[in-house]
Amino acid sequence: MQALLRAILSPSFAASILRVTTPILFAALGAVVADLSGVVNIALEGTMLFSAFTGVAVSAFTQSAWLGLLAAVGVGALVGLTLAYSHLKLGTDAVLAGIALNLLAAEGTVFLLYVVAGDKGVSSSLPSKVLPDWHIPVIKEIPVLGAILGKQNALTYMSLIAVVLVYLFLFKTSFGLRLRAVGENPDAADSVGISVHRVQFVALAISGALAGMGGAHLSMGYVSWFSRNMTSGRGFIALAAETLGYRHPVGVFLASLLFGFADALSNYMQSLRVPGEFVQMIPYLLTLVALTIYSGRQRKGRRSSK
Amino acid sequence: MKTDKRFEILRTGVAIGVALLIGFIVTCLVSEAPLKAFGYFLRGPFTTTRRFAAFLEAAIPLTFSGLAISLVFSAGQFNLGAEGQFFIGAVAATAAGIYLDLPPVIHTLVCLLAGIAAGAVAGFIPGILKAKWNASELVSSLMLNYVFLKLGMYLVTYHMRDQSVGALVSLPLKETSLLTQFIPNTRIHTGVFILLITVLFCYYYLFRTSQGYEVRMTGQNIEFARYSGIPVLSVILSVQVLAGAIAGLGGAVEMLGIYKRFQWLASPGYGFDGVIVATLAKNNPALVPVTALFLAYLRVGADVMAIYSDVSAEMVAIIQAVIILLVTAEAFLSGYRRRMLLREVKQSASAS
Repeated sequence: MQALLRAILSPSFAASILRVTTPILFAALGAVVADLSGVVNIALEGTMLFSAFTGVAVSAFTQSAWLGLLAAVGVGALVGLTLAYSHLKLGTDAVLAGIALNLLAAEGTVFLLYVVAGDKGVSSSLPSKVLPDWHIPVIKEIPVLGAILGKQNALTYMSLIAVVLVYLFLFKTSFGLRLRAVGENPDAADSVGISVHRVQFVALAISGALAGMGGAHLSMGYVSWFSRNMTSGRGFIALAAETLGYRHPVGVFLASLLFGFADALSNYMQSLRVPGEFVQMIPYLLTLVALTIYSGRQRKGRRSSK
Repeated sequence: MKTDKRFEILRTGVAIGVALLIGFIVTCLVSEAPLKAFGYFLRGPFTTTRRFAAFLEAAIPLTFSGLAISLVFSAGQFNLGAEGQFFIGAVAATAAGIYLDLPPVIHTLVCLLAGIAAGAVAGFIPGILKAKWNASELVSSLMLNYVFLKLGMYLVTYHMRDQSVGALVSLPLKETSLLTQFIPNTRIHTGVFILLITVLFCYYYLFRTSQGYEVRMTGQNIEFARYSGIPVLSVILSVQVLAGAIAGLGGAVEMLGIYKRFQWLASPGYGFDGVIVATLAKNNPALVPVTALFLAYLRVGADVMAIYSDVSAEMVAIIQAVIILLVTAEAFLSGYRRRMLLREVKQSASAS
């Protein structure tokens, strides 16, 4: 027990929290952008999976990690646009369309993996690239903070920057204002001349692109390969983090850190003699508890809109 | 009304046609011999008796999870917990099958009840969280799927594992607990009859009982249902418990009918398949077996294709996704629907 506490309080544990938070944070920010525009993006899970695969495949063929990232983000945006097209143009329920895309991603990536790598499990036969770790000169020298923030994967830094950018985008730009207006009351937004569908199309593309960065981190930062269903529910956890974080970028950042903590803890406890299954349950159970507490508090404040 | 129904059938047909076409194009892109591969895909289940039986066997669990999903979807609840409920139902039936000592038929029934109970509990959690604290059943049921998967794997690995076997499998279930496979050379088992009863029950419940009416009203317009005095919270809760019980029963039936030991290492994915089945059936329990057979046909066809060609079975995922997207798309072919209705109106006008 003491060993566990000591480990949790160490800077290297804090660094590992940031590392495992990265994909959840990206996807949760994507969830915020979509939700504030009035569309639930349940396809985040599948989007991450598609992007994780694309990153590996493109980086293997171009031998450039950055091109891989670019392609992963592009594919993420494309999945977001597909969701937007089915929901807004074809009139499919957003949740059903999201489920369809998730199912497509789960098996579709295995199909594609078999086509490009001849394997249905992992992409280790592909010479894919990894996004580099960045060393931050000044911070690195500071005692505790340096160990946490001095050296992380490029995408981890980008995820922290993304929190700020998404905040500025949503709350300090006129497009962000329009986006929130559309989500709050589409009819009112429409009556003042805002093209509701156009705004939601853009919002879902951004949402998908953010999830795409999270997917790229999984296969090109966290590990250096793609494996089937490697997202293992992170896209869904991101939805919970979004709810828990009050649909605000900063709140979502804190909520994602909480899930990152649970994830890191479960990784660490696997090395102790606790049955792995229980440890792996922690992030999901924590999500459940947090979601319930949050929703119960919300309910007192306002009536649900559905 | 009649035109509406005709249109729905037509649209589903066109959606399937488009999906198959896209599947064929993808096959052409990846295969050396696409025609041969796609041919095997289309007539796969008819190539041997064994495969035809496999196609029927595959439809059984799909029907159970399709029924569970169609119940919760009818109430407008996006509870996707059928995945975990199915899994934990199978684990519960396994435990009862290994450890209890009972005479033949009774043992089977007790195992099925264990599956039902486990599934009902698993359905109760997102239901009560929604009814009491308004926690989104969508997110909570997705989280619970992972929890039940891990819990089930823990129970099998640490308590029911057969140490004498190298692979991670449970101890064998007692002979008395198993469902009889009654057609020689197939694995088709007496669970089929339990399935038929469940289909009838779900249809009757949803369309012939007052609670079923309340469920559908809640699904169509929850605010309206609330104002007309329907206890929506208890409806939401009870339908999720019932759906959980059905998914759990499905897991138990699959376990006792097909397997001798518990041997799943990952969730077999029937929960999300249930979404496909229920969506295609428009959440109508009477149609669920039909759409489950259809999906089973595609799956077995894809497996056969993978054996005889260079295309992997996962190709079927593309076809499934396109079908769901188009079948649920309200605007898909809606222009044609307008013309159909117009023609009908004109005809009845000229007739009178």
